Amino acid sequence: MSAEIAIQAHELTRTFGSFTAVDHISLEVRTGEIFGFLGANGAGKTTAMRMFIGLLAPSSGTATVAGHDVYTQSEAIKRSIGYMSQRFSLYEDLTIRENIRLYGGIYGLANQDIRDRSRQILARLGMEQSADTQVRAIPLGWRQKLSFSVALLHRPRIIFLDEPTGGVDPITRRQFWELIYQAAADGTTVLVTTHYMDEAEYCDRISIMVAGRIGAMGTPAELKRQFDTDSMDEVFVRLARPTTGAGAA
Amino acid sequence: MTDAVTDAVVVEALTKRFGETVAVHEVSLAVRSGELFGFIGPDGAGKTTLFRVLATLLLPDAGSARVLGLDVAKELWALRPRLGYMPGKFSLYPDLSVEENLRFFASVFGTTLDREYDQIAPIYVQLEPFKDRRAGALSGGMKQKLALCCALVHRPDILFLDEPTTGVDAVSRREFWELLARFKASGLTILVSTPYMDEATRCDRIALMQQGRILAIDTPAAITGSFDRTLFAVHVDKRYQALIAIRDFPHTHTIYPFGDVLHYTDQRPDLAAGPVAAELTAFLAGRGLSGVSAHPIPATIEDSFMAYLGGVDEATA
Repeated sequence: MSAEIAIQAHELTRTFGSFTAVDHISLEVRTGEIFGFLGANGAGKTTAMRMFIGLLAPSSGTATVAGHDVYTQSEAIKRSIGYMSQRFSLYEDLTIRENIRLYGGIYGLANQDIRDRSRQILARLGMEQSADTQVRAIPLGWRQKLSFSVALLHRPRIIFLDEPTGGVDPITRRQFWELIYQAAADGTTVLVTTHYMDEAEYCDRISIMVAGRIGAMGTPAELKRQFDTDSMDEVFVRLARPTTGAGAA
Repeated sequence: MTDAVTDAVVVEALTKRFGETVAVHEVSLAVRSGELFGFIGPDGAGKTTLFRVLATLLLPDAGSARVLGLDVAKELWALRPRLGYMPGKFSLYPDLSVEENLRFFASVFGTTLDREYDQIAPIYVQLEPFKDRRAGALSGGMKQKLALCCALVHRPDILFLDEPTTGVDAVSRREFWELLARFKASGLTILVSTPYMDEATRCDRIALMQQGRILAIDTPAAITGSFDRTLFAVHVDKRYQALIAIRDFPHTHTIYPFGDVLHYTDQRPDLAAGPVAAELTAFLAGRGLSGVSAHPIPATIEDSFMAYLGGVDEATA
């Protein structure tokens, strides 16, 4: 059964001095699942994600990512995952093709694989004509799609997406989600954060972090039933600020 | 529209370039005094550049802009004390405390925090418990509130807020808009930009922007009201499979995922909603999809924005 579980955390905790950023969270993300990792700013999402991707050691609790232990096998985790952040992912003064080649080299791919996969990526994204354009000159939406493809270059089992669609226009945002669906259909597990509540609905399951804990977890439909509302926005508001919730708008 | 007495901002054919890039392309608009006016658009739409020109921080390359009746290029020294500007990037002094930042910004404009306290009190009460904390150590939501206080501390007549809610969670965004509504009620003219389409309905009027151009300017209701096709919400158990299938439906005009439904428009504007819905649901059922239903719904700002983008060059492909 463990092959079916991509990410498993049990009572995972991280403290900074007297502050508990992540407070005994437990969750399981299944292989091929699109899992939305939601929460207010400061709720602990980033800290939890940094533990999952092997960049930060937990204070206590256990977790495995792609079957590897987060305490002792962080290097193996890094080889098994892809990561895309909103802030930084591509070198602006390199061309599209050069960025793909650079990351292929960093991931240790053979030259032939880099060439083959470059061709596939450029074809799938319709960017063949622009392959030798510097990344600084291409639209933001293209960059985000390219970043996503680059993060999948080494065929990771799990991809972590940290606000991948922030500031992106609504059509490109939807095209981006189709790339996510395709990756999931190919068996890649996706863990994604977003501030767009409509995007929470695109996930198979979501968790909402509140003050370091998981305040709620389930399919979007389950959570809306649980909070007796038809709006994901309302679920989020009630969980994150119980005192100012319904009707405060 | 362009009455000099009641218009707080008048922009005419304004263009701003950076090298080859045309950041703002022949933009014209007017914002009325006391209005809460929103600029809605993704990154790269030109919102920040336009705000910097209006806040007298950049000179236009062509065209003109007047704010409070003053020319932004020729009368910037008269204008600056009267406007408040909150940049998109956190730009306060991280090593100064909350209170020191406020005292500093007040002193720059020749006033004091004590004299202006009532102006910022609605926001500052939430910050006061942390007034000795370094600004750099505040949470995102608190930084945003401090920045708003600093932009308001000299009692400006007009406020420019560049993407105050970007990257901010849904709850804090809601609280921020409630604050803006209070300041608007006091008569302040507010121009605010945002990439979040759902925030448009908080504004009196909005400009939809993309790639340096204005796609439309109107009230949110008029913009969604001008959506010229019948929009259907399609419920279906397997949305992604349905999305792919509907692309093969011969009459599809647009199909987009939208939260827990799909939004569909048909190529045949003259066909009544009933028959369209019936054909579409029959088509999906024929593709083996379950839980299918379709019914007409009013368009949202995001639907309207996408309709306008559909008419623009496929820059987003």
